[in-house]
Amino acid sequence: MSLPSISRFLPSVCGLLFSLITAPALAGGEVNLYSARKEDLIKPLLDDFSKQTGIAVNLVTGKEEALLQRLQSEGANTPADLLLTSDAGRLAAAQQAGVLQAVKSDALTARVPARYRDPEGYWYGLSVRARPILYARDRVQSAELSTYENLADPRWKGKICMRSSDSVYNQSLVAGMIAHHGEAKTEAWAKGLVANFARPPKGGDRDQIKAVAAGECDVTLANTYYLGGMVNSSDDAEKQAAAKVAVFWPDAQTTGVHVNVSGAGVTAHARHRDHAVKLLDFLTSDAAQRWYAETNNEYPVNPAIPPSATLKAWGEFKADTLNVAKLGELNPAAVRLMDRAGWK
Amino acid sequence: MRGVWARTDRWSLLVVGVALLLALPVLTVFVTALQPAGAVWRHLADTVLTDYVGNSVLLMLGVGAGALLIGVPAAWLTSLHEFPGRRWLEWALLLPMAIPAYIIAYTYTGLLDFAGPVQTLLRAGFHWTRQDYGFPEIRSLPGAVVMLALVLYPYVYLLARAAFLDQSVAVLEVSRTLGAGPWRRFYAVSLPMARPALIAGVSLVQMEALADYGTVQYFGVGTFTTGIFRVWYGMNDSTAAAQLAALLLLFVFALLVFERWSRRRARFHHAGNRQYRPARLSFAGRWGWLATVACLVPLLFGFLIPAGQLTVWAWRTAPHVVDGRFLALLANSLLLALGAALLILLLALLLGYGQRLRPRPLVRWAVRSAGLGYAAPGTVVAIGVMLPFAALDRSVDAWARQWFGVSTGLLLSGTLAALLFAYCARFLPVALHSVEAGLSRIRPSMDDAARALGSTPRGVLWRVHVPMLRGSLLTAVLLVFVDVLKELPATLILRPFNFNTLAVRAYELASDERLADSAPFALAIVLAGIGPVILLSRAIGRARPGYDAVP
Repeated sequence: MSLPSISRFLPSVCGLLFSLITAPALAGGEVNLYSARKEDLIKPLLDDFSKQTGIAVNLVTGKEEALLQRLQSEGANTPADLLLTSDAGRLAAAQQAGVLQAVKSDALTARVPARYRDPEGYWYGLSVRARPILYARDRVQSAELSTYENLADPRWKGKICMRSSDSVYNQSLVAGMIAHHGEAKTEAWAKGLVANFARPPKGGDRDQIKAVAAGECDVTLANTYYLGGMVNSSDDAEKQAAAKVAVFWPDAQTTGVHVNVSGAGVTAHARHRDHAVKLLDFLTSDAAQRWYAETNNEYPVNPAIPPSATLKAWGEFKADTLNVAKLGELNPAAVRLMDRAGWK
Repeated sequence: MRGVWARTDRWSLLVVGVALLLALPVLTVFVTALQPAGAVWRHLADTVLTDYVGNSVLLMLGVGAGALLIGVPAAWLTSLHEFPGRRWLEWALLLPMAIPAYIIAYTYTGLLDFAGPVQTLLRAGFHWTRQDYGFPEIRSLPGAVVMLALVLYPYVYLLARAAFLDQSVAVLEVSRTLGAGPWRRFYAVSLPMARPALIAGVSLVQMEALADYGTVQYFGVGTFTTGIFRVWYGMNDSTAAAQLAALLLLFVFALLVFERWSRRRARFHHAGNRQYRPARLSFAGRWGWLATVACLVPLLFGFLIPAGQLTVWAWRTAPHVVDGRFLALLANSLLLALGAALLILLLALLLGYGQRLRPRPLVRWAVRSAGLGYAAPGTVVAIGVMLPFAALDRSVDAWARQWFGVSTGLLLSGTLAALLFAYCARFLPVALHSVEAGLSRIRPSMDDAARALGSTPRGVLWRVHVPMLRGSLLTAVLLVFVDVLKELPATLILRPFNFNTLAVRAYELASDERLADSAPFALAIVLAGIGPVILLSRAIGRARPGYDAVP
């Protein structure tokens, strides 16, 4: 390809590219969303919202911190009206960074329990994610299990598979432990837990579940929707692996199972504030809450909505009552603690 | 006299200006790093910093060595010898380049993991349990080295092959008449002459290995890159993260200086007027098949196995996950990659030629610093683009409000222009290496002759260099095209509303731990990359200087 032809070609390529970004606008206005939930896990809901209200939703997905950074650097000119994350700690961080504003609506107050939202309304939880203990049905009796703390007991030596401490799920779990038990006790626990690892931490949550099923270890921690995804997988091997693993709800007598929420907050400089609140209302509505449960096996944040059949099969549990905002606050301490404990 | 100075300065200014603009993201990282950070450093030094440094260095050395071990013999065999299958192996050896590193890591983990089919079969076949056998753990530092070397060796192969094809036949034939056997010709003649190309290839590979995040993170190997994100995401300390990134970049800069220094005396221009295609040495019989097998091995592990696994997955999941949006994804990916590749080519040509025209220290340093972005994790480069662009938008907006009472909003942030700029900042070195290598083979006397005949510097570039550089330019365009096709982190952060690419889609599904569901999109990236890879190989075969002159 010779260069003169390139230089003729370039403007038309750029023109084509830029024509791709013009978003279709519906009659009812629009609302712009920065979402750390993956497109597949939010887009169907947004499409329903647009159908019902005539409000178009423009979406960018990405990682929490990157979206937060983008929001911060864009400042007052940001096009984003709503920030959606899959971890309450990040919402608390966004609030501290001053990029959110408080909003109130009767629907939100009625549907979202107090511990899953900010007291002033800077952000609201939309779905609950629980991180219980999963164990191999054939090698472990549920009576042997009791609490997260118990996993540091030497009897589990070489029997625990764990995901890396890079995972925000583990960071948030440890942050919860710090909130309940203090740093010194949590660090001692983390060291005990690390000593029980069957192999150095690696892989995602599904990998831990598969390792338990295959017999590499007996016990692990994972978010329930990963197990739910395997139970309903199109891959028979995943289905079979999931069948070999059972859920244990720890800390039933004490602080309760570690939970976190995915949630959203309206941005400080939202141009479509009312539409954004409407979208929040919609995401906590019965239909949307049921969708979270049915499609991704997350627990509805609204206690009036029953969980999916897959979730029901695992039984009921007592969730940690700690306000999830605390998890974000303690997250840096949790990461340092895991570094010290040698949790890779 | 004044006229001459003005012209001189125009070129220098242009080149230095463009280079500094492209270095903007890296400069942003350094500026951010200058702020005081919290107590994180003390904590890092006490706990994980040695791991980060050790693992990063081992990864870099390991992947570099691996890429050399695979790439150089393959290049030597296919460029100077004849054996069964040579013609198609020549281009097929480039195919692993089309597979994103994290994708190959996922596929091999699926196969070789404890719960995967290989180990499960072994256990079932021999009635073993976990304690009965040792199996190399794929998700480890050595595993990461192998994964990265398998998809990155094509850079070394490509540059080595161009260098071998380019070597003066006369030298090789002289060594032959002096009785040197094939081995001796390889390590005593071919290899030393190809050294600049090999070092350039290895440094690209090593920079890419240092910037890798997906593979090492999945394998649980703590490196500088994972550390940057851990400090930033986990400890909410973006300044300390910038300082880690700056340290990484300084390290790479040292590496680049070393690279320059190591080839300080090596100048290779073509001395004669004509070169003839060297007669390929034929490997007969057993030796020929051995050469075929040697070239098949990297192709098998770097491409056939992972692409096969992807195909199996995609076959099952494509009906569920591929919908009407697929064509839009494909179009977005292809147009973005093509646009970025052409833009970067022009920039590389400008910088490469400017450097040749004005070989001053200032110009050279500016061009070097423009290339640093390649070694930084894509996310870091993206943030380095985002911050200055947003600042520019804000000041234009404030200015417009003050003077005209209107808000201009965001002009650059969140547009494809910002994204294209990030690609330029990140992938420039890939094109620049190729352009520089091509330019270095054109004798300076060519320029002098053209100038003496009244051509302007720009005229020399367009009418003399560009036609002679066809092969190098095509290589540059296609390398960048494939790289942008695979690019994820910058695309993820900087893209506009409602704009997705194949890589974004593959990543979203894979990071949700739905590997099989992500396979159709990963496979589409690979397939879209194969065409260019084949073109590329043909271009190199054809574009040897002097080839057209052979009667």
